[in-house]
Amino acid sequence: MKNTWILARATFREAIRRRIVLTGLVLGLCFLVLFSLGFHFIIMQISQAETNGATDLANRAIRRAADTEGQNALLMAGLYAVTFLCIAMAALLAADTLAGEIGSGTIQTIVTKPIRRSSVIFGKWLGFAWLLGLYFLLMAGGIVLSVWIQTGYSPDHLLTGLALIYLEALLIMTISLACSSSFSALATGGIVFGLYGLAFIGGWIEQFGAVLNNATAVKVGIIASLIIPSETLWRRAAYEMQSPLAGALGMSPFGTTSVPSPLMIGYALVYLLMVLGLAVRVFNHRDL
Amino acid sequence: MPTAPAIETHELRKVFGENTAVKGLTLLVQQGEVFGFLGPNGAGKTTSIKMLLGLITPTSGSAALLGAPIGDRSVLARVGFLPEHFRFQDWLTAAEFLELHGQLYGMQPGDLRTRINELLERVGLSDFRGKQLRTFSKGMLQRIGLAQALLNRPLLVCLDEPTSGLDPVGRRLVRDIIHELRAQGTCVFLNSHLLSEIEVTCDRVAFIRHGEVVRLLELASLDSGQTTVTIRARGLTTETISGLARWGKTAAMETESLTLNISAETNLPEITRYLVAQGADVFAISPQRTSLEEIFIETVGKDGGL
Repeated sequence: MKNTWILARATFREAIRRRIVLTGLVLGLCFLVLFSLGFHFIIMQISQAETNGATDLANRAIRRAADTEGQNALLMAGLYAVTFLCIAMAALLAADTLAGEIGSGTIQTIVTKPIRRSSVIFGKWLGFAWLLGLYFLLMAGGIVLSVWIQTGYSPDHLLTGLALIYLEALLIMTISLACSSSFSALATGGIVFGLYGLAFIGGWIEQFGAVLNNATAVKVGIIASLIIPSETLWRRAAYEMQSPLAGALGMSPFGTTSVPSPLMIGYALVYLLMVLGLAVRVFNHRDL
Repeated sequence: MPTAPAIETHELRKVFGENTAVKGLTLLVQQGEVFGFLGPNGAGKTTSIKMLLGLITPTSGSAALLGAPIGDRSVLARVGFLPEHFRFQDWLTAAEFLELHGQLYGMQPGDLRTRINELLERVGLSDFRGKQLRTFSKGMLQRIGLAQALLNRPLLVCLDEPTSGLDPVGRRLVRDIIHELRAQGTCVFLNSHLLSEIEVTCDRVAFIRHGEVVRLLELASLDSGQTTVTIRARGLTTETISGLARWGKTAAMETESLTLNISAETNLPEITRYLVAQGADVFAISPQRTSLEEIFIETVGKDGGL
């Protein structure tokens, strides 16, 4: 356990020294500024239209509801972008870590210490989980805060939603770490983004299937979710946070129609642990 | 356990696909010995070291370090290792790098701090303790790597090509450190191509070819064995030369110089006295020892075992 902690700190320090954190921070702030500006101008336009047109009370109530819908939709769009950035960060952080250290021989002086090889995997995982957590908190927190400051709006089930998105990033990072224990960084990147793409398409097929009442399409989507339950986590998060009206109206690119069950979330958790276990197993038996 | 051998292997074998890297290594290295592991490129030296340290799982055979079977990770707390072609965490400073490795050895913080200072001083990097390793030259990296291998005051140190990339001063440093380790009773297992280094540092050497020990040699025996002597002298008469036959056979003769194969170096003073008594003007008597390089070529063959 102690060794895991030592290696987690080393992993974190590496990310800081290699300016990964700095790059993420600067680009993340640019993203937040852009989002806040865009959000500001769109909201201004909507409220102007509102004051020009709305006179009677009923009308005003409807427009208030429309306001909330607009804010929710924009917030979900922002969070969708953040999710993608976090996933890219998760995949890239972990892709080179083991492959690179095995290739360069750096790993040789680490695993010849009186430590278990699994400490290396757990240490790296913990270090990356920590980094991703900070990055995600900055990005998602920034977006939610920006919307709240400008309009006073915050979505329902915010913490549950954010936790699910973080879990998705952790899942992708774990898969990337596991692949990195046996493949090159480039191959790992290819595999992880390929799987992510599969889940993404699968998710859409399932949503179309749900709208069109096509059971086969829904099944195809569920199978894709079983192969890699990443998109399913986003869709559950979106379901938690989207406004009730958006959910009732059906499809939107940043919301969801076919809602993944809580069982699927449990599956994703088990899946993550299994992949982590697999990474340990593969790394334990690998000639270095 | 002072009685357990530092390294003991029995028919250790590693096969990668169709390629047999190590055929069957049987070796016994005692604690306190400086042991040279010699062989041509591709003889399986690095693979053997990696098997001993648990980096590579042997296909078959057995081995033990300091009495513990390989795979027992706790024994690694008393083992130091400097790999060949290593790269270290170059975003760390020299002191941070040693701290990380010391922590992984399970060293106590106070002891580790003292040890880091000692070792940085010993390898001549005290002034660079706060510099990141990415700014280090190859020789400096080799020095910090050596410090890393000695942090835990090991009973056994495996050095894979420790002098590659080092200038003569650095090589001298490695040689001195190996002598110090021997004096402290540490076993050094040395894999190097620099035979002159091996010759001055090792007690025993093993020659490896195709992953098998083909010859074991006590280096002390190199000094006392058959020696070729070149004598440079003026006024050598035919009688004088034939008189030399009692110590050995004349191998070659030129004006003022003759080469003699003698059975032992201890005869040299007697030969000198004889030549002087015979009225010869002796300029030089130089024994030509059979070098390790000659033995190497003779043992592994000119093809290098390819």
